[in-house]
Order: sequence, then structure tokens, then C-alpha cells
Amino acid sequence: MSNRQKITLDGNEAVARVAYRASEVIAIYPITPSSAMGEWSDEWMAKKVKNLWGTVPLVVEMQSEGGAAGAVHGALQSGALCTTFTASQGLLLMIPNMYKIAGELTPLVIHVSARALAAQALSIFGDHSDVMSTRQTGFALLASRSVQEAHDMALIAHAATLESRVPFLHFFDGFRTSHEVQKIEELTEDDMRAMISDELIAEHRKRALSPDHPVLRGTAQNPDVYFQGRETVNPFYARCPEIVQKTMDRFAQLTGRAYHLFEYAGAPDAERVIILMGSGAETAEETAKYLVNRGEKVGVVTVHLYRPFSARHLLAALPATTRAIAVLDRTKEPGSAGEPLYQDVVTAIAEGLAGGFAPFKTMPTVIGGRYGLSSKEFTPGMVKAVFDELQKNQPKNHFTVGIVDDVSFTSLEYDPDLEILDSSTVQCVFFGLGSDGTVGANKNSIKIIGEETENHAQGYFVYDSKKSGSVTISHLRFGPKPLRAPYLIRQADFVACHQFSFLERLDITRYAKPGAVFLLNSIYGPDEVWDHLPREVQKDIIEKKLKFYVIDAYEVANRTGMGQRINTIMQTCFFAISGVLPRDQAIAEIKKSIEKTYGRRGEAVVQKNFEAVDHTLANLYEVKVPDQVTSTFSRRPAVGPDVPEFVREVLAPMMVFEGDNLPVSAMPVDGTFPTGTAQYEKRNIALEIPVWEPDLCIQCGKCVMVCPHAVIRMKVYEPELLANAPATFKSTDAKFKEFPNSKFTIQVAPEDCTGCALCVEACPAKDKTQVGRKAINMAPQPPLREQERENWNFFLSLPDVDPTAISPTTVKNSQLLRPLFEFSGACAGCGETPYVKLLSQLFGDRAVIANATGCSSIYGGNLPTTPWTKNAEGRGPAWSNSLFEDNAEFGFGFRLTIDKLNEYARELLADLSGLVGNDLSAAILEADQSTEAGIREQRKRVAALKEILKGIKDPRAFNLLNVADYLVRKSVWIVGGDGWAYDIGYGGLDHVLASGRNVNILVLDTEVYSNTGGQASKSTPRAAVAKFAMSGKGLPKKDLGMIAMSYGYVYVARVAMGANDQQTLRAFLEADAYEGPSLIIAYSHCIAHGIDMRKGLDQQKLAVNSGIWPMYRYNPMLALEGKNPLIIDSKDPTVDVQEYAYNETRYRMLVQADEARAEMLMQQAREDARKRWELYKQMASIQYKSNGND
Amino acid sequence: MADLTTTYLGLTLKNPVVASASPLSKKLEGIRRLEEAGAAAVVMYSLFEEQITHESLALDHFLNRGTESFAEALSYFPDLENYNVGPEEYLNLIRRAKEAVNIPIIGSLNGVSAGGWVDYACKIEEAGADALELNMYYIPTDPDITAQELEQNYVDLVSEVCSRVSIPVAVKLSPFFTALPNMAKRLAGAGAKGLVLFNRFIQPDLDIETLEVVPALQLSTPAELRLPLRWVAILYGRVPCDLALTSGVHDAQAVLKAMMAGARVTMLASELLQNGLKRIEEILADMNAWMDTFEYESVRQMQGSMSQKAVAEPAAFERANYLKALQTFDNKKLY
Repeated sequence: MSNRQKITLDGNEAVARVAYRASEVIAIYPITPSSAMGEWSDEWMAKKVKNLWGTVPLVVEMQSEGGAAGAVHGALQSGALCTTFTASQGLLLMIPNMYKIAGELTPLVIHVSARALAAQALSIFGDHSDVMSTRQTGFALLASRSVQEAHDMALIAHAATLESRVPFLHFFDGFRTSHEVQKIEELTEDDMRAMISDELIAEHRKRALSPDHPVLRGTAQNPDVYFQGRETVNPFYARCPEIVQKTMDRFAQLTGRAYHLFEYAGAPDAERVIILMGSGAETAEETAKYLVNRGEKVGVVTVHLYRPFSARHLLAALPATTRAIAVLDRTKEPGSAGEPLYQDVVTAIAEGLAGGFAPFKTMPTVIGGRYGLSSKEFTPGMVKAVFDELQKNQPKNHFTVGIVDDVSFTSLEYDPDLEILDSSTVQCVFFGLGSDGTVGANKNSIKIIGEETENHAQGYFVYDSKKSGSVTISHLRFGPKPLRAPYLIRQADFVACHQFSFLERLDITRYAKPGAVFLLNSIYGPDEVWDHLPREVQKDIIEKKLKFYVIDAYEVANRTGMGQRINTIMQTCFFAISGVLPRDQAIAEIKKSIEKTYGRRGEAVVQKNFEAVDHTLANLYEVKVPDQVTSTFSRRPAVGPDVPEFVREVLAPMMVFEGDNLPVSAMPVDGTFPTGTAQYEKRNIALEIPVWEPDLCIQCGKCVMVCPHAVIRMKVYEPELLANAPATFKSTDAKFKEFPNSKFTIQVAPEDCTGCALCVEACPAKDKTQVGRKAINMAPQPPLREQERENWNFFLSLPDVDPTAISPTTVKNSQLLRPLFEFSGACAGCGETPYVKLLSQLFGDRAVIANATGCSSIYGGNLPTTPWTKNAEGRGPAWSNSLFEDNAEFGFGFRLTIDKLNEYARELLADLSGLVGNDLSAAILEADQSTEAGIREQRKRVAALKEILKGIKDPRAFNLLNVADYLVRKSVWIVGGDGWAYDIGYGGLDHVLASGRNVNILVLDTEVYSNTGGQASKSTPRAAVAKFAMSGKGLPKKDLGMIAMSYGYVYVARVAMGANDQQTLRAFLEADAYEGPSLIIAYSHCIAHGIDMRKGLDQQKLAVNSGIWPMYRYNPMLALEGKNPLIIDSKDPTVDVQEYAYNETRYRMLVQADEARAEMLMQQAREDARKRWELYKQMASIQYKSNGND
Repeated sequence: MADLTTTYLGLTLKNPVVASASPLSKKLEGIRRLEEAGAAAVVMYSLFEEQITHESLALDHFLNRGTESFAEALSYFPDLENYNVGPEEYLNLIRRAKEAVNIPIIGSLNGVSAGGWVDYACKIEEAGADALELNMYYIPTDPDITAQELEQNYVDLVSEVCSRVSIPVAVKLSPFFTALPNMAKRLAGAGAKGLVLFNRFIQPDLDIETLEVVPALQLSTPAELRLPLRWVAILYGRVPCDLALTSGVHDAQAVLKAMMAGARVTMLASELLQNGLKRIEEILADMNAWMDTFEYESVRQMQGSMSQKAVAEPAAFERANYLKALQTFDNKKLY
């Protein structure tokens, strides 16, 4: 047998390495946290990596997980070896096919990085809710605890499914295992070949559908035989556990790693036992060992094979001395008799006692508990709490551990500080800024330690829910002993803070154990840094006797051309201080890893990193720590004193990573949250902010319109309101004909701005004596912060413009409307949010929004704070996210309710008109609500109606009172990205468009799945590189607009704000006004395009001018007037497609990787654009007027 | 048929028409077609160190940006196997061109760093180029940088490169030297075997509506011939270097003039880009016809025949020419 290598990698890659090699057909679809398995497979296919049988597997992206499951089912039925990867909602979409695949006894392995399901909220994090939803499908469920096990079990699953004919779902904990980096022993191809039998593959092939030996499968069966048919599979399930154990045994012979269906660890004479599965079992086992060493009689049973559930094997694993058992489920089944594993264990023990195969004579106490939902920490302290509970006379059943449940009082108290790790294990925590490369460097560090030393190594990374200015926390452990600690570090030997400003708001030194090292990236040198630390930090450093180091990493980075990326600099400091390797060797290894990581990107990149490493140590200083706290300031609170109570009590702790401490009672019972909370999270992430120059400003509103974060706003107001203005508040005469003798101000929210500079790019006003100076220019934020904060607050106190006083049909006017979407966590310079914000400005006070899962649902609805907000009257968008695939239908449901309840209200009002008053009733029923003024009048009438209704004692009046608001026009918006609209949600979108109902669909088209990291969708254009289209997409972009236009009664617009903001505005207004379905497809530049985000608007112009993105409006109302409904809003292309495309990394990287293919695809892309343009022109020139014969 | 052969940088060329650095030499197919069309040698498109560095850093920036920050999108692009951001593609083209054609291949290099000039020069030599053209220019914007410093930098770089490569090195110069003959002499002293006169800069334009500076590539016109023609004529015989004339060469007349002024070769690209590669053949045919008509036996015979040293009135190439030109104007036409 060949030598096995030690490699350091994460769980997803560890699994994909086996699954890919053991498969021939792989159908994939991106979903967090499993996307990486598909991405690896796609990458290996592109690099022509062969499977175990010497052929390159076929990896195909489908339109949804349902599609992937269908494709896999088909591929299996026709005889291929298959796999797929998924999680959470994706797994739910596979369930129908899973029944079929299992019912037909088809060997398959689905690898699942187990994740929470969307219930009261979506969560991308790990638990077993998804897997538990499939336990009835007939799939075998095989659980792994760690990266090594996930690697091993993947192979065991692929081997066992062929022998048992039972399809397998192999799962491991999302993020905790899928994303944990661990040093493992890699299985060789020989190992894999040895485990998988060619004979069994041949049998699988023989069962395949083939016209050469035709059979028929998938019959419809009647009451006479279906039941019997269902029971035929029993022997296969009966044999399956033994087959799995046999496979595990063969694996053990091969590798020395022995696994069992149920793994027991702990005292042989244990009285108290915990049963659980997944990564938590490692923590439980390690804690049990720790307690056994202290004389406790405890043990842990880890479940590997959960389905088919072998009661005999479970009972055989339990010590005869077992007196009390706690079964821990990482899922929740509200209303059940207990969570699934608990119920299975209770049943197994009862059956064992009844059947005489239990190791004990009497029923032990069995309690069930929930833990770890959505990657909630599961620590040794919690395990001990469970063991302690088992010791009680009447232990709590159906408990929870890891939270404080002050509502149902299910939670167990635990010791958060219990530390069971050996002191030889070194623990390190690093706080980084998302953009500084900290996580990447730490992944490299852990690889270096794992592969260049004898140490075991583990890395786990906690990310932010914001896409700009995000905080990352890296948890690294290494040491001579195996690291079975799948939980975060609480007390570290080494704490690094890579961003000085974090100290102002986050408690970072709390992670440091006494005597630990504290490394700080600081612009202040060793002699002056002390005076710039908050009191709390000084106190910790002194009391914990921390060894304190500083480095000005930004200075080193600037000097060596690294910009904001301080990763290799901080990495060098870490190695130098930690001494895990001799310094010279450490530096050599860092350089080796730089070469490996960046070498392909060119020598210049390698050299600048090398330079950064070489300049680091001379700038690293140990600080002489004074013995007194001298600071005059404290860490600033997460929010100011004047925020609403809910924000202060519930959201503020989340902002500073203390949400774990919130009790159950703090949370809304049904996932309902107040809107308008992003305004309270002052993130101060911009290095520079825009500064307005009133003398140059032409008051066009373009800067306000394009601002992705609604931080730049304009108002027109009465001059006398300036009386109390702060001294630096800027103002000028308003240039609006609707507002004579008024004042005008453009104001920036300094603490909410991300510094993207899109506003500056959009500004058309230049100083005639110095064209580099515009009416908006960027300037450093820190010196302006205080002054502009005061100005911003004053600006907010000025009244919003009366929407009825202006017509919003010009950009200038529309931008006086208050945005009801502000300060989102989207990427700086986001191309989507300006459209979303425009929607909120124009229709926000009457909008109900259905938002597909994706970027827009994350920046729109990810806690702690959310951007949708209210106007001064308390009205604003009501927003919700249902799922990814169902968004069109979800929004359609809104429309149905609004239409139905409007109808009902009108019926009631008509019935009650005598009581209400005929005039009011008629005015309401006949109201013209086509204008803002009309809607406002109707609101007043409805308010009057409600007052009257309160005094009427007819039950119909009560009913009308409850639905009267539906008499006022509402605007239904269905918002999502191209992954939703073109792929997974297309069927529903198409149906909703076809329905003819009045919904407005906004597709934020970034041409990739942006939220999951840039996978190709059917919107991805030809020649662009994306994940799952590594060699450049070879087929053209789907023309969604054309499909929608084919109905004839759907309003369709294709817009690009950067190219023509007026056309965008017109399209939004027309879509809303159209009393039928409307579809707006909006060009949204994106970080996944690989562009300078400041130039996003220029790229939009080029997209239009090159013919790649023709702008048009198709308005069915025109057809009714005998006019051609299609109006093309862009001119004949004037620039070559290449001029647009090669500004973007997604196109350029193909030129760099494969110039010939890039040229070929670019030529075809040119043709695509030309043909489409010609087609549109022809369509737009069709004569619609009837010839008079009608 | 007259003898059109010439020598340049020690290379014997079948005629004095050389394809200068342009997109035509970006592909092997283009180089092949240039040979077929009759070009005597091909100067490859320039390897720009700055561009290589920029592309490499830009690629790195865009592949890194936004990564490892947000749990659902730890990266935004697939990791491709190879990006060809280094000089490899360029060097490969030289290698393949050397295998595919029989005419000399002259590498062209525009460096930024001292190390870069030398490294890339060596690599171009290793790839098999017959000669190397250093495409040197620097736009000085800092008033504190003196002409002396700049000129010394040029000389040092040429000296450094020449000491490291054994293939002949030519230097492509800008016309903007106060004392061009002295500069030419110093470059020759530093080891340059040829001077290519002159580099055409891409001069930016101003868009007066958008108030932006816009890059504007303009192809050369025949009128541009005069400047290099004068300097070739002046330098011929005064500096121990082969002279190549480039800029404004659009027809046989221009080639003949260049030869007479003292150039060993002419280099052209604009004419080929505008009117196709067939122009080389036409120019050569026209040269032959002209030489037959005027009974020239060979190009060598005419090379330098109208250089400053050879003409009856050397002052015609100096200030006098300016005065004379003015005097030929009919003043009345100015009003």
C-alpha cells in the first residue's frame, strides 16, 4: 500500500476528494455551506482530474437542487456512479427524488454539510434539521464527526451503497466540519480502489435502463399491490447495518482507523451516557474522558449510522452499567414527543428490554435535549452540564443546553469556562478586517504548521454577516496531541487584533488567558500606543500580564505595495512571536506558501508579498507595559443612548458579538422584527467620504440616486429652517421650479458611508477652472466625522419633501423622495442596491416586498440590523423572504390577498354605504389612485371611514374595519437575483407573469449567483468565467426579457442605471402603473465581475454602448393604442463588446488562461450582441396599427 | 532587379522593409503573414514590464477582493490553473516564430525597473530572438529631474543590458533630446548596435465636453517622415551605429529617402494596419521600379548618399532649412 500523506484541508474538500473520485456523473447546485464540494468537483473536471477508473467525471450544474436530484436519479437509472452535494433547503428539494431513488434500491451517495432549515428565519449555519427531514426517505444516514471522519466516511458510504443497494446520505456539520481546516491522513487512490468493488459496479450497470435489455420502472401501482411492493425492500434495510460495519472493518484493516455504527467511549462501567452524532460527539467524548480521569462514571455513544437504525448495535455499544442516558439532538421538532434521535433511542431500549437484547435489566432514565442549533456553540461546559443533569433524581427532559431559556425554562446551566484541553495545545485568536486577508493568511499558517511540523493543527473561521467592512475571527489551535475540539477558543495563548479601531468597540482582550501574547496592528509605535488604548484594554493587559506587541502593518503594507492587505505581515509576526517554527524556517515556509498561493498570478505579486515579509520584523516591537491604567476613555457602546429599547437590549449585543448571551425571551416569537434598525449601527467603515461643494452643484440628484447605501441625500426646505443649523452645515439656493425661494442641501451620513465613491463618479458637475474638482469629492473621514455627524442629524430634522408637491418623473425630483432602504451591509459600491433604494423611494410607503434568498435578502434581512425603514408617517415597505425557489409565488400570494381583501372590503363598504355615508362610500369606491396625490386622498378617506366604522355596531363594520386599509392601493414587488429568476425560481416566475396579476418583478441581474460566491447562472453571458463555467461560459445568456415579452401582456423593461438613470426611473414608474405583471431586468454590476467598483456605472454605460445590454421598455399599454409596445431606449452599439468585457476580470482571466478560447468566445459574444440587437430593432419596427379590417 | 539586401545589427536582410512593433506581431499567424508578404524582419510587439506587473497585480487584487470575509462567498472566482500574466506567452511566441519563419525576429522590450530590463532582455535572448530592441521612454514630469540624470539612466540601462546579452541591441529613442547626437553617441558607447528613430508616443487627447483626458491612438501619416529623416541624415556616419528609420514610412519613396539619408532599414506598421500586408510587396516592387528607372544597382549604393555628411549643403539639415521653408511661403497667402 502506498504511503498516505498528511494534508491540511477543510471538511468540504476532504469529502469532495473522495466523492469525485468515486463518481462518474455529478450534478450540482450551489448552496451554503456545501457549495465548495461542487466547486472542487467542477474545478477538477476542468483540470481533467480522473476518477478511480481513469476517466474524468462529468460535473453538471443544474437549475436547482430538485433538478440536481432529478438528474442524478436519471443518471443512476441509466447506470452511472453518481453523487451530489447539498444542504438545508437544497436537501428538502431533493426529498421527492430521494424516495424514488431509495424505493428503486439505487446505490448513490449524497454528501450533506448539514445546515439549519429556514423556519422563523433563515440560517446558513450547521445543525441536523435538514438531514432529519430525510430520515423517512429510505436513505441510509451516515454521520461524521470531524474532517478526518468525513473523508473516511465518504469512502465507506460509496462502498457500502453499492453492496447494500441502499442509497446513502453522508453528513457532517455545516461550517463546523465543512469549513474547519484540520490536518488529516489522506486516503490514497489505492485505498479507494480497494474499498469499491468493480463487481458491484457491474451489477449496478446491469440493473440500468437500456434498450438492449429493456425493463420498465416507475409504474403506478394500485391498492392491491403497492403495500406489498413497499415491503419488498425490508431485507435490504435489514442487511444494511451489517454491510456498513463490514465495510468499516475492511476500512480499518486498510487504514488502521476503526469505526463502528455506534461508537462508545468513556468508562467501561459508566452509569451516565450521552448519545449524539456529528461534531458535538467529539466534544462530548473528550469531556467524558476528562471527567472519567476525575473519577466520574460517564461515557458517550456516537452514532455513525443513524439510518437504518440498528437497535441491537446501539444496545451492544452501551455499558451494562448504564443507569441514565441523555440523547442530544441537533434539531428541533416542535410539537413532537421528542426529537428524533431521542425517540429512536427510547424505542430501541424499550425493544431491547422487551426482546432481551439490552445489556441492562431495567429501563434506564432517558432524557432528550437539544443543542447546537445553527452552529450554536457546544462546549465541554455544556457536556458536563448534561452529565450533571443525569445525576439528578429527576433530570429535566426535553431540555436545551447552550442557551438561556427564560420562557419555557428548558435550558441547563453550564460552566462557560470549563477548559479540558491539554496545556500543550496552543490556542490563537485573530481579529481581522474582511478585506485585509487575515483569514487567508491564517489558513496558510495552519497548513504550514500542519504540514511542516509534527503538530496537529486546526483552524476555524467566523465571518461577518455584512459584505462590507466585515470583521473576521480566526481560531487556530496546534499542538502535539490530536485536536478534538470543535468549538471556538475562549481563552487563547495568542490574541491578535489586526485592526486598531476594533478595540474601540469590541472586547478583544477577553480572549487572552493570563500571560498570553497580545499583538496589535497599530499606527502608534511602542512608546505611544498605550495612551490610545481604552481603559478596559489597558486593565486587561496589566491584570492578565499580557506580553504586548505592536506593528504598524499598514505602514509596512504601504511601503511594499500591499495596500490594505496586511495578511502576510501579521502572519510573519505571528510566527516570529509564537516560535512554533524557528524564525528562518518560518519565513522560508511563509514564502513557500506565498509562492504556492500567488505564484500563478505573476512574479510581481509574489515579490511584493516577499518584500512585505522581509520588512516586517524590523517593525515589530514589544511594548513596555506600564503598571497603571491611565486611559481617559472607555470602549464605546454599540449604540447611542437614544435608541429604541429593542435595539439597545436585543440588537446591540449582536452588533458586538454578544448575541449568544441573549435569552429566549429577547427574541420575537415568530421572526417578526421592527424595520429601520440599520440606522443605529454606526459602523464607520469608510476611510474617505464624499464632501459636497454647493457652488459647483447643479442639483441633478445623480449622486443621490446611485448611492448604494442611501448615505448621500438631498432636501429642499424653507430658508428659515437654517436658523438652528450647525456652523458647518452647507446650503445653497434651491434650483427647483416647484420650490421657489427655498434652500437646498446635499448631506452625507459620515458614519454609514462605505466610501465607495460611486457618487463622485456619477457627478457630472466639474469646476471649470480645475476639472478634477467636482461638486462631490472624496475626503478623509476621521477629521470630518464629528462635524458631519452633527450636520447629518440636523439634516434628518429637516422635513422631507411632500411627495405630492413634485412629479417624480425626473431623476432630480425623484431623489427628493426619502429612501426607505438605507445603510445596508451590501458590498461597497453595490450595483443592486441603488435599484432597491429607488423602489423604496417611489413606492416604499405602499410596498409589500417578497425577496428571494440571495444577496438582496442578506443585505436586506440579515441580523443584527436591517435596512428597510419607515417614513415620518410610520409607513414603509413590509418585507419578507420566504425561500429561494418560491419567491415569485410568495409575492403572488401577497397580490392575491390584496386583491381578495380589496374586493371584500369594497363589497362590505357597498353593503354599509348607507351607514357609512353614501358620499364617502362612493368617493372611496370610485377613487382614482393612479397618482401619489390620489393615494394620499384615499388614505384620508379610509382613515375617516375607519373612524365612522368604530361607531357602527354592525358585525360587517367590524370586519370592514379590519380590511379597510386594503382599499388603498398597494404595490407588490417581487425582488431577487438572476439565480432565482433565471434558474431556480424561473418556473414560478413564468407562472406568475402568465397570471396577468398586478405584480412588479425586479430582477437584480449580476449574471452570477453572487451571494454564494459567483457560480454561473443561465444569465451568465457567453465568454465570462464563473464558478461552474471555469473555461468561460460557452453558451449565450438566456433572454428572460424576450421570453416575458412573448406573452404580450407583460410589461418588460431592461435597464442600466449607470447608462441611463432617466430610463430606469421611467421603467419603475411604468411598471408600477401597469395594472398587470411587470418585469424589470436591472443590470447590476457586482464584486463578482472583478471590476473597480467605482467604475461600475461606466461599465454599465459600456455594456449598453457595446450592445451587450440593450435597454428597452415593452409596454403592453402601447399596443392597446395601436402602437408598437417595444421602445428601444439605447442607441446603435458604438463600441466593441471587447472594450466593455475586457475591463472585467471575469472576461479577462480567460484571455490570460486560454487566449484562443477567449477569442473564439468573444467573437461569438459579439455575434450574440449583434443578432439580439438586430432582432430587437426589427421587433420595435413592427407595425401594430390595425389595417382597418377589424 | 536591383539588389535590395541590407544589413542591420549584423543581420543580413533581404530588403530594408521591416515590420515594426505592432499588433500584427501578436500572433504567430501574423508573423507568418508578414514573412509571406515580404518583410525582411519582424520587430515583435513590445513586452511591457509595466503592463505585466500591472496585470499581475490587478488580477491578484480582483481575485482577492471580497474573499474570506463573508461566510457564503469565501471567493468570487474559480481558481484557474494558469493565468499567463508573466512574459511566458511573449517568449513562447518568439520561440514559435523562430521555428516557423526564416526571417530574423527582433524582440522588443519596454521595462520600468532596472532589474526588469535585464531579466526580460535575457529571457528574450534565451527564447531565441535574433536581436533586441529596447523601447526606451520616460515622460519626465518632475521638474527636479535633470536631463543629465535621465540621460545617464538611459545610458546605464543600455550598458547593463548589453553587458548581459550577446545578441545585438538596438535602442528606440524619442526625438526629445536636447543634444540627440551626443545621446546617440553615448548609447553607442554603452553597447547599442543600432538606433531606431523615433518612438511615437500615444499622445492623450482632451474631450472638451466631458472634460476628460482621453487616450487616443493615431496611426502615423507620411508627413511624419521628415523628423526621423532629418535625424538619420544627421547621425549617419557620426555615430558607430546602424540606424533604423520608423514613423511616417508609407511608400517606396519614403523607404528610398530613408536609405539615402543613411538608414539601414525602415520600419513600418501604420501603413500595414491601414492598407494591408500586401503593401510590403507593392513598396518593394515600387522600389525596384524606381531603382531600375534611376539606375541604382543596390540599396547599399544609396545608403547615406543624402546624409548630412554627403550632401552638398549640409546646412540644409540644420537651422537654415527652417528659414528656407518660411521664405518659400507666399506671404500674401497668409492674409
